[in-house]
Amino acid sequence: MLERIYKAQLLCDTACKTLGRQINIMEVCGTHTVSIFRNGIRSTLPKRLKLLSGPGCPVCVTDTGFIDTVLQLAGRDDCLIATYGDMIRVPGKGGSLETKQPSDNVRIVLSSEDALQLARDNPQKTVVFVAVGFETTAPATAVAVKEAAAGSVDNFCILSGHKLVVPAMRALLAEKNHNIDAFLCPGHVSVIIGYGAFAGIVERFSRPCVVAGFEPMQIIEGLGEICRQLAEGIAELKSIYTAVVTEQGNTTAQKIIDECFEPADGCWRGLGRIEKSALKLKDGFSQFDALKRFDITETQGEDISGCRCGEVLCGLIDPPECDLFGESCTPQAPVGPCMVSSEGACAAWFKYGRGRKVKRKN
Amino acid sequence: MSYKIENTRYERRIMCLAIPARIVELEADRAVVDAMGNCFRAKTTLLPEAKLGDLVLVHAGFEISVVDEEEAKKTWHLIAEVNNFKETQDKVSG
Repeated sequence: MLERIYKAQLLCDTACKTLGRQINIMEVCGTHTVSIFRNGIRSTLPKRLKLLSGPGCPVCVTDTGFIDTVLQLAGRDDCLIATYGDMIRVPGKGGSLETKQPSDNVRIVLSSEDALQLARDNPQKTVVFVAVGFETTAPATAVAVKEAAAGSVDNFCILSGHKLVVPAMRALLAEKNHNIDAFLCPGHVSVIIGYGAFAGIVERFSRPCVVAGFEPMQIIEGLGEICRQLAEGIAELKSIYTAVVTEQGNTTAQKIIDECFEPADGCWRGLGRIEKSALKLKDGFSQFDALKRFDITETQGEDISGCRCGEVLCGLIDPPECDLFGESCTPQAPVGPCMVSSEGACAAWFKYGRGRKVKRKN
Repeated sequence: MSYKIENTRYERRIMCLAIPARIVELEADRAVVDAMGNCFRAKTTLLPEAKLGDLVLVHAGFEISVVDEEEAKKTWHLIAEVNNFKETQDKVSG
């Protein structure tokens, strides 16, 4: 095992020496972020190898405008909001579900199926399922919508905040001032979309893309593989998470997503509007679309004053560079979404003390 | 159902981490799965080939992939650690 770590470290060292500059590798998965901190992986890497935490946490990338729409619906007497637990503390412009609304109107669910059941149990209310998540989660929403359609559960609808990982990665690379040399690609998103989905990024932008699992050895070896490619001046697509990720992914899940959803432009916190980066319900299912049912036009929210989560998500700054970090923004009283979610870059930096130490020096 | 169903805390978050679990009951597309001693419901709609006794990855109430024993153990270990992280954070959050 040690041998494998040494080998990966050697590859990282060689790449840093060969390129003679700092290397920036972005992980696009919140679980990678947490695992990297939890296992102290940064300390095993050369100083000139920098890991950036990208837009890989579904909670963190949710736009303030979306949260405000949820709040608006939660304020209605005829609505019941069904949401995954970690969304309730995410702040929009007008507060969060936790601070803003009577809790009677908000229910935490563990799956889209629970939300559907909530609708069956409460026929007098319209249940709005706050559907967030990347490709891993979207099929679950699609199944619930199909079941609602088949079972005529008319008082069920969804507010789709589903996002697609690949368009966001493309958008980051299309920015002129980006500093990303390679991507460590998400593991369980790839279970659904297949590692083949990243081929376009490798071809178009010549950036290595390596899919890795979440345990420390996978991450270190994934970084080693990326560095091997960088040192050799090549960009390839590779999956080292062969235990569960295939090139095609889960085609059943992809088909179910396609049946219900179509790609649409989406607003990402910090990244703004990205073309075809979100999923909206197809016309055949429009009766289950909360925006259409309540005739709401979703607008892009304004960023919260002083919060630099957007720059954190783009890999432009580390969390401690934000003035709010550790001062007015902490896990007890989060201002930005990256501090709310346990997978957020700010929360991870805070928890492991790295940021606090830097802060004191200032 | 002979298994006690629990709303495990592992399923509360929407992170893209799927949880390995063993199918201990299966009726049509409705399964009961066991992850580290916690039993919960999961549907096989996205993984129609799943069989009783299979180890599978479960995300947001749905099975998304079959997984082998060794890989499942690694992920269970990691989830225990991440939960430790979350609990510490909850304590901090009060």
